Amino acid sequence: MKFELIMALAIKEFLALLRDKRSRIVIIIPPIVQLLMFSFAATYDLNNIPVAVYNRDAGSLSHELISRLEGSPNFHIIKRIHHEAEIAPLIDNRAVLLVVNIDSHFSADMRRGQSTSMQVILDGRNSNTAMTAMNYLRTILLDFNRNWLEKQGQAGVKTVLDVRNWYNENLQSRWFIVPGIVCLLTLVVSLLVTSLSVAREREAGTFDQLLVTPIRPVEILIGKAIPGIVIGLLESTVIIIIMIMLFKIPLRGDIGALYLGIVLFLLSSTGVGLMISSIAVTQQQAILGAFLFMVPAVILSGFSTPIANMPEVVQWLTYLDPLRYFLIIVRGVFLEGDSYGLLFNQYWPMLLISIVSLAFSGWLFRHRMY
Amino acid sequence: MKAQHAARMRLLGVIRKESWQILRDPSSISIAFVMPVLLLFLFGYGVSLDASDIPLGIVIEQPDTLSHSLAGSFERSEFFKPYYFNAIQEAQQALDERKIDAVIWLRNNFSSSLLAGQEAPIGVIINGVDSNQANITQGYIQGVWLAWLTHFAEVQGQALPMPVALDQRVWFNAALSSRMFLVPGLVAIIMTLIGSLLTALVVAREWERGTMEALMVTPLRISEMLVGKLIPYFILGMGGMLFSVALAIWQFDVPLRGSFWLLILASALFMLVALLIGLLISIIAKNQFVAGQIAIIVTFLPAFILSGFLFDINSMPMIIQVITHIVPARYFVAILQTLFLAGDVWPVVLANMGALFLMLIFFFTLVWKKSRKRLE
Repeated sequence: MKFELIMALAIKEFLALLRDKRSRIVIIIPPIVQLLMFSFAATYDLNNIPVAVYNRDAGSLSHELISRLEGSPNFHIIKRIHHEAEIAPLIDNRAVLLVVNIDSHFSADMRRGQSTSMQVILDGRNSNTAMTAMNYLRTILLDFNRNWLEKQGQAGVKTVLDVRNWYNENLQSRWFIVPGIVCLLTLVVSLLVTSLSVAREREAGTFDQLLVTPIRPVEILIGKAIPGIVIGLLESTVIIIIMIMLFKIPLRGDIGALYLGIVLFLLSSTGVGLMISSIAVTQQQAILGAFLFMVPAVILSGFSTPIANMPEVVQWLTYLDPLRYFLIIVRGVFLEGDSYGLLFNQYWPMLLISIVSLAFSGWLFRHRMY
Repeated sequence: MKAQHAARMRLLGVIRKESWQILRDPSSISIAFVMPVLLLFLFGYGVSLDASDIPLGIVIEQPDTLSHSLAGSFERSEFFKPYYFNAIQEAQQALDERKIDAVIWLRNNFSSSLLAGQEAPIGVIINGVDSNQANITQGYIQGVWLAWLTHFAEVQGQALPMPVALDQRVWFNAALSSRMFLVPGLVAIIMTLIGSLLTALVVAREWERGTMEALMVTPLRISEMLVGKLIPYFILGMGGMLFSVALAIWQFDVPLRGSFWLLILASALFMLVALLIGLLISIIAKNQFVAGQIAIIVTFLPAFILSGFLFDINSMPMIIQVITHIVPARYFVAILQTLFLAGDVWPVVLANMGALFLMLIFFFTLVWKKSRKRLE
């Protein structure tokens, strides 16, 4: 193996990427901008949920309940309505997410010791938002109930759920999503850099020239993989610094374990990128191939929806997705304080994916010629 | 009369040329048809926020009737799959190793305290890394616990724990199935990808090879060329769109409560916007490499994160909310979710279609100006 040859090829690859001003900009600026924008945007937490209140009860208890709603940062009462017919248009037009509907004998029922209810009408078009809002409401209601029972001197059953959330104590979805976005952007950058590198040369015909030079396919492979890995490492470092400094995501685990994960992930994603690039005959096919890999890889990685919710067959497919392992590593190291031992089962599948994909692309160099 | 005839001939010529190109090069057809099927199947089955069989560790320090009846409630719930531990340390370790997602901890004095009317807290530990999932899990645990508690209070003849119950009516999606809202959103995302990829890549190749300049020295006018390029891809994209809608309705059982023609009209509007964005990318990028990169960056990720398909736009910071207004998928997601699940709600549909129409005019003007400038 000739080190100088590999370096010469790697330098040529860097030049090909960075010489053009547009592609330079495209590789550097968007990941940073997207990290900032998406990290602020991607949250499952709801605040200022628009609410309308339809209260027919004149008693003080319903007012107390509503003022609890008002006091919560999650809800924002934008309208008080006086006719039942007003409910439907408000929900249909998405003016409010939910309408709280309180019966005229609410306070009287409570004072007589009868059970009563607070009706909530929710817009189910986004079922997750509806469910989250319902959970917020239930918590407020539980508190209201307990308070009322205590005031009545009816201690009743004295048991509460004493809930602790580990690793993400205040359940901030940003802590979950931002590490995911880091993984996503690392994938995008490394795929962008590698997926066209062979296809472009094939289309231009220079790849055949490269093959007749003394440089061996293994050396071509390494030379072509280096830019993706180096650029990926640099960008992920920048992104991780932003994540810690700006978004204050706690880094609880071993930074070495994190970087081992990053290197293995970059190896596997450049491997896949080079493989796509070697299979493709034209650049267009390479871009399509990159898309066809990237989009499912993101969806099936567990970035936004849990893998455990997928049907079993789809769950098997996720084992082929390097992003799946990388996400567990980044979240594990950052939030759960994981180290090498706990992450071992995430490392070796990525190594396997890298070896298979890199070996296959090296083989394709010589065996796919037109 | 003669000029009009010539114009029509020119336009038909471009359309014919583009159509041949599409038919001869399998990649455009595969973008329009293979991609939606593949993606919709994968997403429709892969993306779900509905948890079931959540692995739940139950620690019972002092086995007796009460603790068993509470554990039995979790056992019977479709949401949980219980695993039993003898000590809290074991359960915590399992939580650390991600074998279970939550722990219910009944201490050894739980039953005696409960029966004596003393404080008997139940310890709950949830893995909070996925905060959304943790919230859902907590809601389910609360539900099981409350049902058990109500039953217990009745048996004991004590006051009900919930004088005020929550009586929820969820409109449009009573079962709160996440697939019902995710599938229409996915159609929007897939169409964003396909619409812009179709034109971005194909036209960028023409710029790269110089055939675009060759076209421009012909008597063909720029507006004719743009329209001629758009029409075949528009037909192709709409074919893909219809295919996705059919899959959503028949494969994923999403109800279409609104009118079909309104859906087609809105889709056509959106498809044109997406195609124009693709054209714009190809004009700016000049080559396929940059066009592909820009297409990945400006279409898929923003449509995924900023469209309201998954993340609630109202909860985003103000400045991001403003930015979401330039993401066309945002309007289309709103239209699709409403047309599929709620029906023809005119204020929602019209406002969003109006926004798409404005974007159409904006992008058409931009593309027209840019492609003229490219020649100078």
